[in-house]
Amino acid sequence: MSGLVTTRAPSAHRRETQVGESLLVRVLLIGVALLFLAIFLVAPIATVFGSAFSKGVGPYWAALVADETLDAIKLTLLTAGISVPLNVVFGVAAAWLISKYDFWGKSVLITVVDLPFSVSPVISGLIFVLLFGAHGWFGPWLSEHDIKIIFAVPGIVMATTFVTFPLVARELIAVMQAQGNDEEEAALTLGASGFAILWRITLPKVRWGLIYGVILCNARAMGEFGAVSVVSGHVRGLTNTLPLQVEILYNEYNFVGAFAVASLLSALALVTLCVKKVAEWSVSNRQAKREASQRALSVPVRPATSLEGVSP
Amino acid sequence: MKIHKPLLIALTLLGAVTLRAEVELLNVSYDPTRELYSEYNKAFTTYWKGKTGEEISISDSHDGSGKQSRAIQDGAPADVATLALAYDIDAIYEKGGVNAAGAHLIPKDWQSRLPHNSSPYTSTIVFLVRKGNPKNIKDWADLTRDDVSVITPNPKTGGGARWNYLAAWGYALKKFGNDEAKAKDFVSRLYANVPVLDSGARGSTITFTERGIGDVFISWENEAYLALKEFGPEKFEIVVPSVSILAEPPVTVVDKVVDKRGTRKVAEAYLQYLYSDEGQDIAGRNYYRPRDGKAVAKYAKTFSKVNLFTIDEVFGGWQKAQKTHFADGGVFDKIYLARK
Repeated sequence: MSGLVTTRAPSAHRRETQVGESLLVRVLLIGVALLFLAIFLVAPIATVFGSAFSKGVGPYWAALVADETLDAIKLTLLTAGISVPLNVVFGVAAAWLISKYDFWGKSVLITVVDLPFSVSPVISGLIFVLLFGAHGWFGPWLSEHDIKIIFAVPGIVMATTFVTFPLVARELIAVMQAQGNDEEEAALTLGASGFAILWRITLPKVRWGLIYGVILCNARAMGEFGAVSVVSGHVRGLTNTLPLQVEILYNEYNFVGAFAVASLLSALALVTLCVKKVAEWSVSNRQAKREASQRALSVPVRPATSLEGVSP
Repeated sequence: MKIHKPLLIALTLLGAVTLRAEVELLNVSYDPTRELYSEYNKAFTTYWKGKTGEEISISDSHDGSGKQSRAIQDGAPADVATLALAYDIDAIYEKGGVNAAGAHLIPKDWQSRLPHNSSPYTSTIVFLVRKGNPKNIKDWADLTRDDVSVITPNPKTGGGARWNYLAAWGYALKKFGNDEAKAKDFVSRLYANVPVLDSGARGSTITFTERGIGDVFISWENEAYLALKEFGPEKFEIVVPSVSILAEPPVTVVDKVVDKRGTRKVAEAYLQYLYSDEGQDIAGRNYYRPRDGKAVAKYAKTFSKVNLFTIDEVFGGWQKAQKTHFADGGVFDKIYLARK
């Protein structure tokens, strides 16, 4: 008994010896980390909002509701509104195929899905100019039929879709592969159709991963600069998205306007982070619960409850 | 049904963006004309409504002149091109391709279609220095000093940048009695003092004024005056060199685009109105040198007297200057590659 008492020495002292680093080293390491955060994260965000409100709320608001900024907001929403759903459909299909089936060339497909990440966005934009520009492969045909792609809205949507292509798929592939195929196989033996398995089992299982992917995809779609800049043509009020509008306002000495629009994009990033945090928390929470219930019972209860939990 | 809703909204939005009823005009212009054309567009819209009753909306796009020329060649739907120098519009004729009927984007003789070589306003190249002129910069020769850092955009992409380069070259030819080798050496030493080459004039202005890089900014006269107006004369001052170049930024309608879109009439009127009293007055107010009418006398005091030479006198025209100096492998490439 006496030995037990001696190990319960004063708690503060005990913590220190457990860490095993001197006070100085700890203060230094934590200080460096905080300084790093302050310089690279807090200061820029504070600058954006500080400059945006430097002349007060009135000019800030006036900059946000200026015609050209509203047009940029509309175009940005439209672009994200088209490219995100496209990438969701593609992402689910690709992830389903890659994680549930084995076939020849699978690793090639995974690499191809990642391709837009490995090329610079400027190249992504130039690809479309080379394809659809007046001297591009399809240029003459398009101009004959009076279809505008480059320097118009379709080009912006295409470039954005291309750049954000891997985001949903990558997220889902990781989640689906981690979760395995047990439930799907069970459903198959019970006679469920492929679509029913996707709709009632796989999608509910990966829904947080999907939401996470959509959020990331949306953030990138709204924030993309490089590729969009190449195909946009920079026509005010027609082909300027929010990031391009920031550049234009800045170049026109309208610093309040530029930072006001930048603050919108920063706010979008902050919202994205929050939703991402919630999604991550839900995933880990679910996993913990699932592991706990599997440890407690030999019979898994999850598939039944998750089937009932989904309303078609 | 749930799946179709976003699609429906997206299509509706797409319709809203692409279908605007009124006549639209797109002016693809170079970098520093943002303020000029944003004022002129309003004036012309009012004038056109009064004259014809027609509602029009005019959009403009700005970037380095060479880059904009390239965008028009690649199919940007510009009704009018208002660029920094004649070669960039020549390039639209030369490199813009031909359709099945053999027609170019614009005719070869585009420059003779409007008065004054199709340049409704002119400008020149001056220096912008920090207040009090701490490095005591007086003339082109000071820009080659070791202790002077010079800001100027990239002549491969910017229009003003090419005028800057040629103005320096013209000064050197004059100083060294038309010795080309000495002129090249002079310009090489000048570009060795340039820490950043932005793609257009406005980018360089921001580099010099906002980012505080460099001792002197070689600038369009209009851009220098605008910087004084935006940042206040207590921060910068303008230095006029002993000689400079007469810069003539030309304008043209893009025939293939206006004929296809049915906007020729309004596009031509848009350019002609630049020569009117109101158009000239707006140019003068935005620090471009007016060419005609009352505005010339009205703004005479604004601009300092500069000893100007033209590109035709010294370089034999834009075609020749472009091929010698700015084409791939030309003099500028050699200077810039050798500067380290």
